[in-house]
Amino acid sequence: MPDLAHSPPGAPPQILLKQVVKRFGKTQVIDHLDLSIPQGQKVALIGPSGSGKSTVLRLIKGLESYQQGSIEVAGSPVPGLRSGWRWPWSKKPPVVHRVGMVFQQFNLFPHLTVQENITEAPLRVLKLTQEEAEERAYEYLGLVGLVHKAAAYPGQLSGGQQQRVAIARALAMRPQVMLFDEVTSALDPELVGEVLAVIRSIAHAQRTTLLLVTHEMNFAEEIADRVLFMEAGKILADGSAQEILVDPDNERTRRFLNRVERR
Amino acid sequence: MFFDPSVVDTAGFILRQLASGALLTLEITLLAQVVVVVMSFIIALMRLSPWRGLRWIATVYVEILRGISALVLLFYLFFILPLFGIRLSPMTTGVIGLGLTFSAYGSEIVRSALTNVNRGQRDALRALDFDPVTAFRRIILPQALPFMLPPMGNQLVELLKTTSLVSLISLSDLTFSGAQLITTLGQQTLIWCIVLVCYFIMAWPLTWLVRRYERHVTAWREGSSS
Repeated sequence: MPDLAHSPPGAPPQILLKQVVKRFGKTQVIDHLDLSIPQGQKVALIGPSGSGKSTVLRLIKGLESYQQGSIEVAGSPVPGLRSGWRWPWSKKPPVVHRVGMVFQQFNLFPHLTVQENITEAPLRVLKLTQEEAEERAYEYLGLVGLVHKAAAYPGQLSGGQQQRVAIARALAMRPQVMLFDEVTSALDPELVGEVLAVIRSIAHAQRTTLLLVTHEMNFAEEIADRVLFMEAGKILADGSAQEILVDPDNERTRRFLNRVERR
Repeated sequence: MFFDPSVVDTAGFILRQLASGALLTLEITLLAQVVVVVMSFIIALMRLSPWRGLRWIATVYVEILRGISALVLLFYLFFILPLFGIRLSPMTTGVIGLGLTFSAYGSEIVRSALTNVNRGQRDALRALDFDPVTAFRRIILPQALPFMLPPMGNQLVELLKTTSLVSLISLSDLTFSGAQLITTLGQQTLIWCIVLVCYFIMAWPLTWLVRRYERHVTAWREGSSS
């Protein structure tokens, strides 16, 4: 059984997807997907590339349009986004910031310093004062161990450091849900550890619901309460890390894990 | 050596005429550039909008204005519009005519610069729940500016030189003043040479200014490893 200890019984799920269908043109990337995640749960999403893992995260954050079904975060519907160059006319952002997301390619703002990268959204979106925003920036820079880089520009940092800044930037909005989309895949192997360490400390210390797409199976096994195996836009296996990763009864999951481990 | 005081008078006369013409040329250039920048952004944003109607209007605008000779557009505004009861001053005609013509190219510059800011940046902005206006002003535009400045600078110089067309709708700009001096004084070769140098002297600081501003907006790239 997945660990539901963080969530009182009967509480509404933090994330709820019902029969969601997403197509890119004629290709169906998400196929009638149902998913319910209680508050505080740490979920790892695994599966071969192209299976729709990242799309699930992007749908939850509202970065993609979808054709059927419904998506709710904390009881509020997440509208799908228009496709195309969706800028600057897109749907109104939600009033309350609920979901933070960290990307494979960091996506820091290159023209702002590390500190400004973190304070920008609290200042402009949450309307905090400069002092409050800076205080937050230092709090989360402390968490990711990069206080000494506050005045640097992203281009002056290593990939691992940039990704830690991106995590601090997302956390500074105090989201209830954190989405990590293959956050170590673009990093040199020797830089993966420092980023995982930061995520580990978030997983242990925070009541934040955590959903991460990863190829780091050991890491998934270590921090996840629950593991989902996806293929072809469907969740094929859903259970504890032990059930899915250590002792999979699903034939496809087994084949996938064999392939991954042989690499 | 015999010194003729009338030479000094003549030189003074030439300088005064050309200076007042040059001033008008600069004035038209700057006013038209304001039209160019404003219309370029409006049309570029329309072309990038999710609404097909707006995109279509913007595309038609660009295609039509790119296909029309600037001089013919000026003639149309100046000679044909009055037949429909719309009478614009030569100055307004010049500014609007040149402004519209150049904005067709300008909007393409702005559009390509905006699309150059990668999708990841827009994802990040959405992920942090920025509203579109703030995101555009604080994040997208500052990154797009370095892409649009060099071609915009070239275009500004091109605009300065193209303003010579307004001499044909009775505005006494630099070219017009030159032509008039030749009517009164002769000295065709000398006068055109001076006019040529005048255009060069005006264009050069513009190029310099744009370069300086470009360095200013790309300061964040200094010292970055990538």
